[in-house]
Amino acid sequence: MKRLTRTRFVATVASLVLIAIASSLIGLLTGPSALSPGDVVGALLDPAASGAAGDIVLRIRLPRVLLALLVGASLATSGVVFQALLHNPLADPYVLGISGGAALAGIAMLSLGAAVGFGADAVPPAAFAGSALATFALYAVAGAGGRVSPTSLLLTGVVFNAFASAAIVFLASIAGLAEGARIFLWLIGNLSAAAFGSAWLVASFLGIGFAVALVLARSLNLLALGDETAEHLGVATERHKRWLLGATALMVGAAVSVAGLVGFVGLIIPHLLRLVIGADHRLLVPSAALAGGTFLVVCDTVARTALGGRELPVGAITAIVGGPLFLWLLRSHQHRVFTP
Amino acid sequence: MSAALQLDGVSVVLGSREVLRDVSFAVESGEVIGLLGRNGAGKTTLLRAVTRSLGHRRGEISLFGAAVGSLSRRALARCVAVVPQDLHVPFPFTVAELVLMGRAPHQPLVGFESPDDVERTRAALARLGIEHLADRSSFELSGGERQLVLVARALVQAPRLLLLDEPTAFLDLSHRTLVLRIVRELAAAGCAALIVSHDLTLAARACDRLLLLHDGEIQAAGHPRDVLDAPMLERVFGLDAQVVEGPDGAPLVVPRIGG
Repeated sequence: MKRLTRTRFVATVASLVLIAIASSLIGLLTGPSALSPGDVVGALLDPAASGAAGDIVLRIRLPRVLLALLVGASLATSGVVFQALLHNPLADPYVLGISGGAALAGIAMLSLGAAVGFGADAVPPAAFAGSALATFALYAVAGAGGRVSPTSLLLTGVVFNAFASAAIVFLASIAGLAEGARIFLWLIGNLSAAAFGSAWLVASFLGIGFAVALVLARSLNLLALGDETAEHLGVATERHKRWLLGATALMVGAAVSVAGLVGFVGLIIPHLLRLVIGADHRLLVPSAALAGGTFLVVCDTVARTALGGRELPVGAITAIVGGPLFLWLLRSHQHRVFTP
Repeated sequence: MSAALQLDGVSVVLGSREVLRDVSFAVESGEVIGLLGRNGAGKTTLLRAVTRSLGHRRGEISLFGAAVGSLSRRALARCVAVVPQDLHVPFPFTVAELVLMGRAPHQPLVGFESPDDVERTRAALARLGIEHLADRSSFELSGGERQLVLVARALVQAPRLLLLDEPTAFLDLSHRTLVLRIVRELAAAGCAALIVSHDLTLAARACDRLLLLHDGEIQAAGHPRDVLDAPMLERVFGLDAQVVEGPDGAPLVVPRIGG
């Protein structure tokens, strides 16, 4: 009888940690300036004595790799939580309109902020505030009557996203050329504005959200079978759903506010992992965080280097990789991953 | 001693329709009660009111002497297990994982299953003859196998009251008999059971008493021999049937189909 044991948990998480570290080191090694592994390790171990190579590693690449790890972890963890809460394998972190709120507020700040004296620094906080507002609105509409049903959550989210998209198109169409290009980059998702400040911000929100998801992972197993089944098995469903929605709002809001709408990470990583490690959320939640982070670090390394000196938005790479991968999963493993 | 389940004047309203009207009855520990009625009579609604999945408008529902509203979800799940009509699993959990979930109300929020949890799961799978399915994905199960998994999950929950909503609808006759035999064994050990069923003949054999629900009200209650008679079946089910005594003494319902 196969089941989740402490040994399997530790072995899986440890392997994924090693893979995440390896991919991060490759990310630190790769870039327009050729650096040796010795330079990278030297810069990490002794920042003061590492010279120009140290500057590149510590000021440019390290914040970028860290941010990719954190954003990828946030998106994949949120994807796992949303899929369980909505009992829907097609859910992703963007399905409920939390991202729509973040994108709308962020883009409003991008295109209109300059006129009222705000700089580019104001975009992430605005986006995060937008995600928080969207979460409250979502809860107020879908949670009317004291119960939040997955169907009303989904419907509210879909409508809110459609509204946000329309408003974003409107803002983009009245924006100047330069703002228009930045809005475009934001909608695809990119990590080019990485800095330690934004990495710490995402890290703290991810930390809170991830902790909630991990503590409630057993409830996620039960909630995935439907709210009524979860109640029969002792879950205080409404309370746990509130915590989990709040946790994902923090993670999605933080990720979108610094990286825009990076697609496919939150959809594909949970499915790939279920194929390999099974559906138990106690293992799936930490594994998704680690694998999501690794996936985004790899994609971002490609985005930074594929075209030589010119950078691609990482969202383009995740979509180019994620789209076909998802179709492959659907075709080859439909009966193992998605549906009977 | 308080009844395992007691309903006093319970009414449930869904939308603008009163689905249950002034329903009162009690199930004692060690007793197996069959809840019968046509589709839409309010049987599933009654079970959902007992587990608080639906609120009731009037009346009192109590479990082992405590008002159902005063119990936490966890406390409720520690004494009441539900076998629903079917199981919808959107993710590829294995059978063993699904059955182990029945231990959730007895486990701490965080952690792994104890050896006792695993042993109970093994025993439940073996009792239902599905230990060979333990590592199979829920996506690869037939309707009947899913129903057996649900019964196994309820067994490991170690309930004092078992609510079964048409637990044998997808099962072949030998598995139907097996599930009802298991329910009788639980009852012999002191567990109470309320079974919603459309199989009148089997219910008459498995249950100590039958409740006939019609348009949200209890039409008849009592020993299967007293409840199942032709005029009552005509009134409640609109069924033209003959009721005869089976070789075991329990009533046998023989519907007239043609001619």
